[in-house]
Amino acid sequence: MNPANYLILSALLFTIGTVGVLVRRNAIVVFMSIELMLNAVNLTLVTFSRINGTLDGQIMAFFVMVVAAAEVVIGLAIILSIFRTRRSASVDDVNLLKY
Amino acid sequence: MSADPTLLLAQAQKITPPSIEYSSLSPLLIVFAVALIGVLVDAFATRGARRVIQPILAGGGFIAALVAVAVLHGRHAVLASGAVAIDAPTLFMQGTILVFALLSVLLVAERQLDSSGGAIVASAAITPGSKGSTAQQTSADMQTEAYPLMVFSVTGMMLFVASNNLLVMFVALEILSLPLYLLAGLARRRRLLSQEAAMKYFLLGAFSSAFFLYGVAFAYGFAGSVELGKVADAVGAVGKNDTYLYLSLALLAVGLFFKIGAAPFHSWTPDVYQGAPTPVTAFMAAGTKVAAFGALLRVFYVAFGGLRWDWRPVLWIVAILTMVVGAVLALTQRDIKRMLAYSAVAHAGFLLVGLAGTNTDGLRGSMFYLVTYGFTTIAAFAAVSLVRTSDGEASDLSQWRGLGRTSPLLAGTFSFLLLALAGIPLTSGFTGKFAVFQAAIEGDATPLVIVALVCSAIAAFFYVRVIVLMFFSEPLAEGPVVVTRPTLTFGTVGIGTAATLVLGVAPQPLLDLANTAATSGFVR
Repeated sequence: MNPANYLILSALLFTIGTVGVLVRRNAIVVFMSIELMLNAVNLTLVTFSRINGTLDGQIMAFFVMVVAAAEVVIGLAIILSIFRTRRSASVDDVNLLKY
Repeated sequence: MSADPTLLLAQAQKITPPSIEYSSLSPLLIVFAVALIGVLVDAFATRGARRVIQPILAGGGFIAALVAVAVLHGRHAVLASGAVAIDAPTLFMQGTILVFALLSVLLVAERQLDSSGGAIVASAAITPGSKGSTAQQTSADMQTEAYPLMVFSVTGMMLFVASNNLLVMFVALEILSLPLYLLAGLARRRRLLSQEAAMKYFLLGAFSSAFFLYGVAFAYGFAGSVELGKVADAVGAVGKNDTYLYLSLALLAVGLFFKIGAAPFHSWTPDVYQGAPTPVTAFMAAGTKVAAFGALLRVFYVAFGGLRWDWRPVLWIVAILTMVVGAVLALTQRDIKRMLAYSAVAHAGFLLVGLAGTNTDGLRGSMFYLVTYGFTTIAAFAAVSLVRTSDGEASDLSQWRGLGRTSPLLAGTFSFLLLALAGIPLTSGFTGKFAVFQAAIEGDATPLVIVALVCSAIAAFFYVRVIVLMFFSEPLAEGPVVVTRPTLTFGTVGIGTAATLVLGVAPQPLLDLANTAATSGFVR
């Protein structure tokens, strides 16, 4: 199968993630959309690894997974603390800082 | 494809471990080790001991790493099989980051400003508004994890400016950002604002690093490698897929522009600068800017230097937009930290002007400007933390009314720092702007310099407005109190102000240092 199709798929996933970040209101869902973007990049990396015929891309995907895991830890801690304060994880409710 | 096990084994044996030059990486390794020791101290030392040991450990680590940077001067090599580049600009930026980190540690360690235990929260897990939350405002405790987090962040910054490989650069970006997300949420007072700042910083930061990472993937697709030198070679070669190249450049630029706070990716800056504890804001404003600019310069000069005629127009637009947005929106601010944040956005624009010159002078000017701006901005945020009411810092501008009458020394110092940010002669702000604009004119970016000068004039207006407010209006009856006890914060304000003055009067030694670093150039 033509590997370029996987690039298109990953671009679609990345776009879905981007749109999700921009339109969704729940911080957890926004965060999941960011994770989707990172995983779309992983697919891109593995596809390029196949196209280029080197293994670097697959190794890089592992790095990305580790970083994404670390990001989950930090992100959930922050979202959880804000949820306990406000009883809401909506990004529209955090609006004290403006102008 | 069937894999023959013996064949695989034979291949595996051929792999030779890469040589790691530990001595050349020593600044990074020292800081990283200190961060790990800091975690251990936090786990095993008693509460009282932690508060003493942690700042000494962090400060000592930064000084040791600074010495290591000084010893390494003149090194010009790519190390760790192409992952890290140690060259003159890297060492210059690493040294700068360490100095700023050292000044910021003094601010974080400050515990004498009021009856409470400093700017960092006693226990971040206690929900604001709950039963324990009022008690913890005056508690002598603090979340001493702030120090290791800060040191981890400095590790990331130092690796960010040194990375010669886009993947390492991404990892460094995360190492520098993740601790900062947490630090932004650790303010003792105004917990809600602080938590909100942390969440906004986190969501937007993670969003932008996803873009950066997609850029890395396209660079890999384009060049077959993520080493900056190999990407640069591929840019010069024919028969490659240019679509990947331009996508990669654009996506990497989005990630980096976000980190330096350039418009239109600046929207996090004011919120985070306002909500984060002031010592962290000072650290972030100075350190992150140096680190992100170091990485930006390296990516644009080393990897995409061959494309400069393509990225120059984009850089022009971003620089103009950043300067205008920063200067105009700062006019409307009523919170002093927020005003300084928009001023940081404007300064990012001035720095991009130096980059738009695309010459060695621009590199020199940018590096010099980063040092001058960092000292001034740390001192300014430190001075803000000295003006207090019973409710913590008096960050609203109206509370600063008439401060020049009640405490002339602080008001005078702060005015001097604001004038430096505005770029008045005899301050470092002037010499920095001069170095950057001169380089831009030599690099045929005169229109950009004209816009920059107009924006400087607009910016001068809101700096001077604060000075007028402090000296030419009646003091408030129930005005804020300025802390006059000599404390650690005084050290930071003093050093920052002295550096601002010295670099304005006698900038030549530092200019020479920046010049040596810039002419020696980036290693490939």
